Amino acid sequence: MIDPATGRNQRMIELTIDGRTVSVPEGSTILDACRTLEIDTPTLCYLENLTPVNVCRVCVVELEGSRVLVPSCSRKVEPKMVVRTDSERVRLSRKMVYEFLGSSTDLSFAPGEVHRQMESYEAKPDRFGARTLPAKSGERDHAHAGHHQPAVAGHAQTVFQPVKVDNDLYVRDYSRCILCYKCVEACGEDAQNTFAISVAGRGFDARISTEYATPLPDSACVYCGNCIAVCPTGALMAKSEHDLRERGQWEPAKQSVTSTICPYCGVGCTLELHVQDNRIVKATSPLDHSVTSGHLCIKGRFGWEFVQNLGPLTSRDAP
Amino acid sequence: MDLRWIPGATPTSAESAAIDQALTPLAADSVELGPRQLLLPALHAAQSRIGWISPGALNHICQRLDVPPAEAFGVASFYAMFSLERRPQAVVHVCDDIACRTSGALHICSELEKKLGPEGKPPAGAGATWLRSPCLGKCERAPAVLFQIAGAAGGEWSQSPATVTQALEGLEHRTPPTQASTWLVPQAQGPERHRLRLLRRIGKVDPENLDDYRAHGGYAALRRALELGPDGVLREVVDSKLVGRGGAAFPTGRKWEAVARAAVRPHYFVCNADESEPGTFKDRVLMEEDPFAIIEAMTIASYATGSERGFIYVRGEYPLAFARLRRAIEQARTRGFLGSNVLGHGLRFDLDLRRGAGAYICGEETVLFNSIEGLRGEPRNKPPFPTQVGLFGKPTGVNNVETLVNVLDIVLEGGPAFAAIGSGQSTGPKLFCVSGSVTRPGLYETPFGVTLRHILELAGGIHGGRKLQAVLLGGAAGVFVTPDEIDVPLTFEGTRAIGATLGSGVVMAFDDSIDLHDIVLRIAAFFRNESCGQCVPCRVGTVRQEELLLRLAAGKPLGSRETESVLLGDISQVMRDASICGLGHTASSAIESAIKKLNLFQGAKKR
Amino acid sequence: MLWGSNARETHPIYFHHVLKGIHNGARLFVIDPRRTSSARWAEHWLGLDVGTDIALANAIGREIIASGLVNHAFVERATSGFEEYKKRVESYTLERAAQITKVPAAQIRQLAHTYAQADRAQICWTLGITEHHNAVDGVTAIINLALLTGHVGRYGSGLNPLRGQNNVQGGGDMGALPNKLPGGQDVENPEIRARWQELWGGKTIPPRRGKHLSEMFEAMGKKDLTALFVLGENPAQSEADAIQTLHHLRGLECLIVQDIFMTRTAKLAHVVLPAGASWCESEGTVTSSERRVQRVRKALEPPGEARDDIEILCNLARRLGRDWGKVTAKEAWDEMRSLSTWHAGMSYERLEELGGLHWPCPDASHPGSPFLHGRLWQDPVGGPRAPFCPADDEPPVDKLSDEFPIRLTTGRRLDCYNTGVQTGGYTSPLRRGESLDLSPEDGARHGVLDGERVRVTSRRGSVEVCVRYVDSLRAGLAFMTLHFPDEVETNVLTIDATDPKSGTAEFKATAIRIEKIEAGAKPRHPATASARRH
Repeated sequence: MIDPATGRNQRMIELTIDGRTVSVPEGSTILDACRTLEIDTPTLCYLENLTPVNVCRVCVVELEGSRVLVPSCSRKVEPKMVVRTDSERVRLSRKMVYEFLGSSTDLSFAPGEVHRQMESYEAKPDRFGARTLPAKSGERDHAHAGHHQPAVAGHAQTVFQPVKVDNDLYVRDYSRCILCYKCVEACGEDAQNTFAISVAGRGFDARISTEYATPLPDSACVYCGNCIAVCPTGALMAKSEHDLRERGQWEPAKQSVTSTICPYCGVGCTLELHVQDNRIVKATSPLDHSVTSGHLCIKGRFGWEFVQNLGPLTSRDAP
Repeated sequence: MDLRWIPGATPTSAESAAIDQALTPLAADSVELGPRQLLLPALHAAQSRIGWISPGALNHICQRLDVPPAEAFGVASFYAMFSLERRPQAVVHVCDDIACRTSGALHICSELEKKLGPEGKPPAGAGATWLRSPCLGKCERAPAVLFQIAGAAGGEWSQSPATVTQALEGLEHRTPPTQASTWLVPQAQGPERHRLRLLRRIGKVDPENLDDYRAHGGYAALRRALELGPDGVLREVVDSKLVGRGGAAFPTGRKWEAVARAAVRPHYFVCNADESEPGTFKDRVLMEEDPFAIIEAMTIASYATGSERGFIYVRGEYPLAFARLRRAIEQARTRGFLGSNVLGHGLRFDLDLRRGAGAYICGEETVLFNSIEGLRGEPRNKPPFPTQVGLFGKPTGVNNVETLVNVLDIVLEGGPAFAAIGSGQSTGPKLFCVSGSVTRPGLYETPFGVTLRHILELAGGIHGGRKLQAVLLGGAAGVFVTPDEIDVPLTFEGTRAIGATLGSGVVMAFDDSIDLHDIVLRIAAFFRNESCGQCVPCRVGTVRQEELLLRLAAGKPLGSRETESVLLGDISQVMRDASICGLGHTASSAIESAIKKLNLFQGAKKR
Repeated sequence: MLWGSNARETHPIYFHHVLKGIHNGARLFVIDPRRTSSARWAEHWLGLDVGTDIALANAIGREIIASGLVNHAFVERATSGFEEYKKRVESYTLERAAQITKVPAAQIRQLAHTYAQADRAQICWTLGITEHHNAVDGVTAIINLALLTGHVGRYGSGLNPLRGQNNVQGGGDMGALPNKLPGGQDVENPEIRARWQELWGGKTIPPRRGKHLSEMFEAMGKKDLTALFVLGENPAQSEADAIQTLHHLRGLECLIVQDIFMTRTAKLAHVVLPAGASWCESEGTVTSSERRVQRVRKALEPPGEARDDIEILCNLARRLGRDWGKVTAKEAWDEMRSLSTWHAGMSYERLEELGGLHWPCPDASHPGSPFLHGRLWQDPVGGPRAPFCPADDEPPVDKLSDEFPIRLTTGRRLDCYNTGVQTGGYTSPLRRGESLDLSPEDGARHGVLDGERVRVTSRRGSVEVCVRYVDSLRAGLAFMTLHFPDEVETNVLTIDATDPKSGTAEFKATAIRIEKIEAGAKPRHPATASARRH
């Protein structure tokens, strides 16, 4: 098969998934092969424009000869692999991952796909008891590695905590954070290379953090918002969206998405403008566009406010 | 990189001097390996200078090493021995893990709480504080404490057995007590001492004297290895059927061959001395008392695998082992046993000594690589395996300390002779870390194949005439064994047959006075504390597991005991099946075995 | 090679691709007087003196020739004028260039060798080259290097001016240049003119090239030009020598401004035509720096009486006696591409399906052209040979002197854009307002501390601004932006010495002096100020 990107001839690898034979180009992952066969495989930490980190483990599959399940998003196909995606073990692991995340984080802003999968795997996050109340502001930021206070008996510990609002462009609601590492990757080598955030702490106290949990305006953040774009659960959110949601005015049903080109420099980044009631409420970029791969800069992501004023021309006055 | 430093964060001159000093001898490395790998040593320097890693110190480190401050913070906050918040200069870590909590550790904790305030929360202006610690690897002399004293005249040392008074005195005087020895190897004094192989030099050879080591047969194995050539050494190791003693029992010869054959250069060889499995102390004794043996074995391993550079990664809680190894490496280098022309044979090999900072997970080999590289202690997905893509992305051999020390005899006596020792596929001698309710706790060596009963008898049986309640075999990641299972032969095959594991050679006995519920809860807390947090099954699973056990212990199950039992089964299965690394895979094994075999948490609360 | 460009901040998503390359082993050289955030990613930063780019380029060329690294096969087959070029650069030895540019000879040598020996190499530049009085010479000096080495006309190699605006390329392509009709066609060619005249049905396409921007202002000064129609520009604040510019604009008999903002220029206008924002309130296309034509679409209804640009122009035409009816963007586009071979194959349908196309795209089956000048590698070479255009270096017009000892250069910051009319609309946590960026050494020399207010004076005017110490500048070099003209009118300082061919002013090189105006003033940012002071 000729790779359309490189024009080179590619070796094909044949493997068996759920009893069906499939042939995919060398270097593909099991997930790629599953998708070729249209096998519905859930993912959370995987995204096309980022390096797979295989940490959520919701895409695990059973591989003959492997003692443990393997992450399909990052495991490369090998000839004669025999993979099962529908076994009891696979179903249990996926269900448990959803239950663990559902019981410890707030998934209410996760896309419908996540909730559909949770239903199909019969995940019941309530099995672990009532969720603990939110931690005090900053408490989780100061957890010391290797030490913890056991939960109040009968309660399921959570990462619930107050929303961090420290700038006008985006908010960080870490109660929703499933620690998928995507934001760290987007801020780091996979896109922006600013390295303003990292995973800090360890275990259940691991969290996304700036150095010393300093507020974003004191950090290295350059507000490209690429972390928001890759966040799968709404933990990172443009303030424009956050404020509308807070006011109960966020209405996806009334929103349209129009794709256009960023008005600033000459790179030609595709912007998808999310418009509600003739107002831009959010700007994104498609993952599959060769110019941006879904990434933008501060101007493209947030610099559209200047067209927002609905009054006569004078009120859209130059500053 | 266009990194942004922390605005306004300036180190004190003491901090920057300490950091610069730590980086000076290593600066040449940064050409080959990049500066980032010096992060952990630099963080240690900052921590030990003022007792915490201040923003100014972190900023200075980041600027020296070109590391983003957020990432350096992410790394520093991963380790239990580092503090990112201001803290008194004198800290005592009190081991409250399995062996120590059955030997009075909890009493030390409660007394220290009275004297010094809550754990890690000293009253304002206090000069000292205390913290609970996971196993300090001193189980044979429990209870143990570790002092971490910052400052120009500071230091780190452990004391065991320790009392409340000694803990307080240590914090006050801030100098280590003179202690004859810190190890217990009862066989070394007994009639069987001549049969010892791995332990034969313990107590006989001055661990700080290379010549003494050589006078007792040291470096004969390396000479023999040079005669055999790399392929010859590989053949002997393959024939010896030696398997790893760290817990995974992978054939050492196959591993070495894979590294030797890897086309990508350079190759590295790593000694995994991050011995952290609760109940394990064998590697500590070897490092403290026979450090040159490890250096010699590393030299042979590197020779056989074509590695010109080796790393020994010692757990942070072993200051004496670290100091002894450092002195030994310096001596070996001075005397030409390390360097560009080892033994005048043209062999190029040198060793870097690295120190962990309080993270059990760093004993997982890929985590250990990340830790050396200055990354967070998170495991990598396998494949690719270290023999192909290991330390710094290069083919890497990695062995545990005990495994490596075996290599000396294999080279000297030949692989087949070594393979004749032991039983079946479990060849050679094996070290057992015997602790808990036995008369003579300590480190024991026997050929593979003796029974658990035999080991317990070697240690003088259960102390105080009490009855054996259970044995924890293999550590926190192992399983509980019942008194009617103690005739199991201690081989890989034998333990597997009863659903147990040798693990790292932990034999921890519990007499009938001990509340095993408490032990099991401690194990659950241990995994909750030590999970790196990278993958969901382990990060949340270890929390849910502990919560569940606490509910059972409190007699307040959610639903019925049956639903809790199903839930625990589900939790342990997803951790075993879907976690990235061995920590998650084994985080419920001891707990499940305790509940199933020992009938724990079944009825009303014991105690 | 990134030359006179701080793409990390001015073209951030383009720079993502550079970073991917770096992570994959590509080597980056950055040539810039400032040690910019882009330069911090480079293997080598060549910190030349402002306006010495031609000397540096010539020295690189000479070193490539002297070291026998010329791609002779390419030079002989595909270029002309090599011998003349060789003669002209002969005097630019490494040592002499080092003297002129202040770049160490060894670095110049390394760059020359690395560039010439690379399998594939690109030179990208921005306004650091083109905002000089000899801008075109600067560009040709760079082009000569690509001709010497054959790093042009092949995938992965080439010469890329990074465009500063989302449609500055497209505007020119559509004929918004004094000498071009759409598709790069010469207005002075009667055959071409006749074709367009036939299409448009009019009779009077002026047979000669018009005036570029600087010429227009000159003409205003001479009262040769008395009426001006400005669409989407803010020359009152964006032109060099702002005092002079305002004078010219005020002197016009008729100024019409079509804009989405009531800009400073619009406030001077006799008629203001409120327009919709072209990128989100109307349909159309823009052409990016890589010649990729992409669709812009209407996402919003324009506010109040603002209207689509095409609608305004059609209404204007009707008032002037020509009724074009109701023209859609697509109709205008299709009309244009009927006579532009660059765009002929770019139907709206194809642009949408393929996510844009690179011109030239002569027919509906053409895949577009991700790179140009492939003809130079055809055998025989397709079309004329590429000429070497030797250029001699010439220092900036605004000379340094005892009276004006500091070189001020200008540029953009990440979160702002040009005169700030658009970026002023959002609150950026990165924004600190205008400052005179200065090296701490200069601060000490001139007795000003970080955060203190100074008067900055050039030969044309003066402004007041706070000083900010930065570590990206060497002694003798200062930096300001044009982003906050209402706060600090930087262009009061800049010189309108323009390149005769491109008409661009020398924004990059102003001679200034600074004087402290508030003795003992408190720093604006005490925390950062104290940290940076030592």
